[in-house]
Amino acid sequence: METIKKIIAQAASDAVIEEAQRLTVTVPPKQLHPLMKALHDNEELPFDYLISLIGMDWGDKLGVIYLLSPSKDLTRELVVITATEDRGNPLLYSVTDLYETAHLNEREVYAMFGIRFINNPDMRPFLLDDTWNGFPLRKDYDTDPARNPVTVISSEVRDDVPRIMEDENGNLVESTTRVFEKDDYIINIGPQHPSTHGVMHFRTALNGELIKKIDVRSGYIHRGIEKLCESLTYPQILHLTDRLDYLSANINRHAVCMCVEKAVGIEVPPRAQYIRTIMDELNRISSHLLAFASHCNDLGATTAFIYGMREREHVLDIFDKTCGGRLIINQDVIGGVMFDIYPDFQKDVKAFIPYMRKRLKEYEVFFSKNPIALRRMVDVGYMSREDAITYGVTGPAGRGSGWSCDVRLHKPYALYEQVEFTEVIRTEGDSYARYLNRLDEIEQALQIIEQLIDNIPEGEIQGKVRPIIRIPEGRYFQSVETGKGEFTVFIESKGNKHPYRLKFRSPSMAAVSVMPLISEGEFLADFIGIGGSMDYVIPDIDR
Amino acid sequence: MDVKKIKIKAFPAEEFKDNDSLQAYIDELNAEGTNVIIGKLDEMINWGRANSLWPLAFATSCCGIEFMAAAAAHYDLARFGMEVTRNSPRQADVMIVAGTIVNKMAPLLRRVYDQMAEPKHVVAMGACSISGGPFTNSYCVINGVDKLIPVDVYVPGCPPRPESLFYGLLQLQRKVKADKFIQKKRIVRPYRPETLINPKTGEPIDMEVCLEPTPDTSIE
Ligand code: SF4
Repeated sequence: METIKKIIAQAASDAVIEEAQRLTVTVPPKQLHPLMKALHDNEELPFDYLISLIGMDWGDKLGVIYLLSPSKDLTRELVVITATEDRGNPLLYSVTDLYETAHLNEREVYAMFGIRFINNPDMRPFLLDDTWNGFPLRKDYDTDPARNPVTVISSEVRDDVPRIMEDENGNLVESTTRVFEKDDYIINIGPQHPSTHGVMHFRTALNGELIKKIDVRSGYIHRGIEKLCESLTYPQILHLTDRLDYLSANINRHAVCMCVEKAVGIEVPPRAQYIRTIMDELNRISSHLLAFASHCNDLGATTAFIYGMREREHVLDIFDKTCGGRLIINQDVIGGVMFDIYPDFQKDVKAFIPYMRKRLKEYEVFFSKNPIALRRMVDVGYMSREDAITYGVTGPAGRGSGWSCDVRLHKPYALYEQVEFTEVIRTEGDSYARYLNRLDEIEQALQIIEQLIDNIPEGEIQGKVRPIIRIPEGRYFQSVETGKGEFTVFIESKGNKHPYRLKFRSPSMAAVSVMPLISEGEFLADFIGIGGSMDYVIPDIDR
Repeated sequence: MDVKKIKIKAFPAEEFKDNDSLQAYIDELNAEGTNVIIGKLDEMINWGRANSLWPLAFATSCCGIEFMAAAAAHYDLARFGMEVTRNSPRQADVMIVAGTIVNKMAPLLRRVYDQMAEPKHVVAMGACSISGGPFTNSYCVINGVDKLIPVDVYVPGCPPRPESLFYGLLQLQRKVKADKFIQKKRIVRPYRPETLINPKTGEPIDMEVCLEPTPDTSIE
């Protein structure tokens, strides 16, 4: 920590360092970029992984919170804050030259808060159209629907990109460029496309059959969840988190529960911890199975799709018997779990484990070694370790590129410290590595469940929680490992029963942001397959 | 025609919770009486149509996954002749709107609907497409797709279980069986387009104009 402080002091003389839940540094906008560069480039402990970039409206100031971490030591997190007082024309400096993942995030902050980033080469709003009136996440946003009326008349997709750059003399120059060149041949993939795994719009420039450039447009399922959360109490918020990445619904929920529990100091009884961990792992299995199924379907293997969905039903049956839900199970609540397990729970889970193992072998025989499947996955969609880190791609995809980034291992929560499991890492970085990683993670999940299932202690399933939960003033972070990667909840509280600001880090957003890079030069037909191997869920990106 | 006469295999009319709305619909449709021969022909054609409704899954979020589960082996949509999920609206008979529809998606939903060939049907699956669901209060969510397109069947739930989806689809089958195909007569449930504004002029959109068929540009 001392070295970090030294680096900070050297790079930014006006930095204010404070020790909160995470080490927090506040800098004036001018010093932000030098500081980030120093943190990113230093040899000892390079903070090269931008976990989250959070836009903020503090009333008198608009700003950004950066959550950073070194990719080789995920336990060390650092919070950097900067803010400007100019609400009319807020300008901050971009970090896109250091972190690729900042591109989409900064554009999102622009759409939501109206903050423009100097030196970001593409300052179109993300998620919302550029015709949208107002900045929804600002506290003074006018929610009158008449300002943004519903229409069925399509708006045109514009090709010009505004930006604001700083020249050598420090002057700000506004200019526009184009996304595509004039005679590029562009096709639209999505937004209503069966294989984009949701409603994502990829504008794709082609060079014959090869992909030349992709422009990602999103927001077709932007429901404004973060804004909604600001007027909901914490137990109510849980229902919206489920609907982000609905395939890992229970794990997302776990993150919010833990964040609130840690902030308020609620003790979760051991029985609840066991149930939570087992449920999370079952959830992971169902998520990976669906990823396997739809990935194979994208490659044309309908049989594999049916098989994956078949196994998934067994997990859903267990969920169904425990809490009545299939996809969205409402199991975790603040302080514990909502439902106790049913009498035959252990029996069912123990019957499922060997069944699933047998099926995994079956998948291996009939699909993982299929020559056509291999041709379409091996050496396709290559992502290097450096790319994974700078784009923030975590989860099975990041580990397919050799980056050890499992939150369960590095920042253990619930019972992950007590169980033994191997982090599945491959270094090939292609679609096939990501595909195999998911199947291997199913096996690891089964092993975790095996270690826990017989030892569930008796006792309470819910800790003592007050009817109205108020979080003390402060900033709180909590990460979990979902089926897609690192999911982080950030809560800034002013001591009320509603959060002042709540932000979710979406692992899928990172996965989509790297798509233009890894599919460049690949066949158009393989694009869908690469997307399947990245396994993103669009409602998680759009929130 | 009596609603009891509309037969769905292994699901007697009495077991449907709501027969009255359908009966009212049938009565309205048949207010002017029916020719026996045409009526019989209609029955035959509708029998075929009802058992091969090809769905288009307009799946935007969570409900789409339950639709996938309904279509896969365990629940098996094929039992109702609906397994042929079409990805092109031009080949589909019924659009299943599964998921939240937000402002940005509204024009696209409408366009996909307009591209479908008549006779077409819409099933609103899940709380979101019925009313905006958990996101009703949001600044950019459409509170019910029936603001944009006419809906035949509403399937509540968040997400609805495959069983409830099937129930809704069976209701749709009954409705299709009551249609007057040859006389091109069916009643499109009135929907609520009054909130739609043209962004260019600021005026409300006249849906009649919107619905005008696109001019035939095919080469003769
Ligand atoms: S109704 Fe519920 S499950 Fe369905 S899309 Fe809406 S939020 Fe998701």
